[in-house]
Amino acid sequence: MAQASAFAPPAGLADALAVTLLLLVAAGATAVVLVRARVRQVLVLSVYGLLLSLLFLAFQAPDVTLSELTVGSVLLPALLLLTLAKVRKREE
Amino acid sequence: MTPAARRLVFLVGAAGLAVFYLFGLSGLPGFGRYPGPYGFIVNRVTVAQTNATGVVSAVNFEYRGFDTVGEEFILFAAAAGMAVVLRHLRGEHEGAPLEEAADRDLPPTSDAVRMVALLFTGPIVLIGWWLASHAQASPSGGFQGGVVIATGFVLLYLSGEFQVFRRLTPADVTAAVEAVGAGGFVGTGLAAVAMSLPYLTNFLPLGTVPGAVSSSGTIALVSFFVGLEVTAAFILVIGELLRQTLLLRGGKS
Amino acid sequence: MQIFPFIVVVWIVGIGLYGIVTSRHLVHQIMCLIVVQSSTYVLLLAVGYLTGGAAPYFSDIPTRTRAVDPVVQALALTDVVVEAAVTALLLSFAIQAHKRFGTLDPQELASLRG
Repeated sequence: MAQASAFAPPAGLADALAVTLLLLVAAGATAVVLVRARVRQVLVLSVYGLLLSLLFLAFQAPDVTLSELTVGSVLLPALLLLTLAKVRKREE
Repeated sequence: MTPAARRLVFLVGAAGLAVFYLFGLSGLPGFGRYPGPYGFIVNRVTVAQTNATGVVSAVNFEYRGFDTVGEEFILFAAAAGMAVVLRHLRGEHEGAPLEEAADRDLPPTSDAVRMVALLFTGPIVLIGWWLASHAQASPSGGFQGGVVIATGFVLLYLSGEFQVFRRLTPADVTAAVEAVGAGGFVGTGLAAVAMSLPYLTNFLPLGTVPGAVSSSGTIALVSFFVGLEVTAAFILVIGELLRQTLLLRGGKS
Repeated sequence: MQIFPFIVVVWIVGIGLYGIVTSRHLVHQIMCLIVVQSSTYVLLLAVGYLTGGAAPYFSDIPTRTRAVDPVVQALALTDVVVEAAVTALLLSFAIQAHKRFGTLDPQELASLRG
């Protein structure tokens, strides 16, 4: 087996970071589901995407962080807001 | 079924799911104790075998390249499916954007938004292009680069008007770019078959320096094609949704 | 800490499914579906994590360093991008449903005919 990595944070710090981010992600998921106003929910989803990318970074996965950052914080909220604009227009 | 009854059925089902899930967790080695040999083997041999230092991209485009072809075609099919689903229904026609917006009293785009968007569009496209072409070296790759460039186009729509976005991304050019991306990936695999090697074998020269841009053979090429395809697919998707806001039902407005 | 990430995963799945079941608006349902999908990314990365492991990129660290599992990262990476496109397809279905039936309430849509 290869030598122990000197390029990762010390175990206690990495654990604390992972636990904090996991709790934030769980809270973010609850917030996304329970917020009922549409546009506000889309913004909460954008923040949730950011929290997820931080969690992926703490899990030593920079590639997934890059994807989730762009997709979850920009592209998905843009698609959702465009749909809401279209649907709300018909409701007028 | 009343909402309360629906909620009760869901809670019963969720309780059952949680019990089975926690029972299944008892057999796992625990968080942080990944045991499996596959990941360790891939980490050990990738740099020597493919001259790529970005192991995740090497896994995506070389060791598990066939799965990535499938995923890319899910993306392709989703974009095509959107175009089909959002076709004009009978009696709908597209209104001119100005008369559509006349009944909405939106403030004009502020100068700050326009300037920030203008400043950032160039660097975003550059960063996306860099990401799509450096798959083998660092945390980058076709998928990430593609979505970043698509974000640049969304920024273009935010800074200007829909007409500018539409003029810069004509539907046939975007569709052609998407086809080139998807076909290029499959074509690279088929080129290997034409040389009587298995599909998607890495047949290009591997280069001398691990992690250089010109190293790792087909991984860099395939990543570039994937970047093209992802960009075009997301631009098509956003363009479809933007076009929807202009459609009018016949007669009503 | 042994199973804490996996408990967070099942919590996210549960709350997302709760949102889908009790939703009164199709776009809200789609957002809850996004939440459920995100739980799978967390699960994949938690399965492959190695305590003390570095990120699996060897351009600036020696090749024999202990690194986390790259295969699950590859799966999660393509997952994120592809499921965004599938979500876009679902949104287009929601738009067409609204055009056709005039409502976005899933409980009313369930009782419509044709």
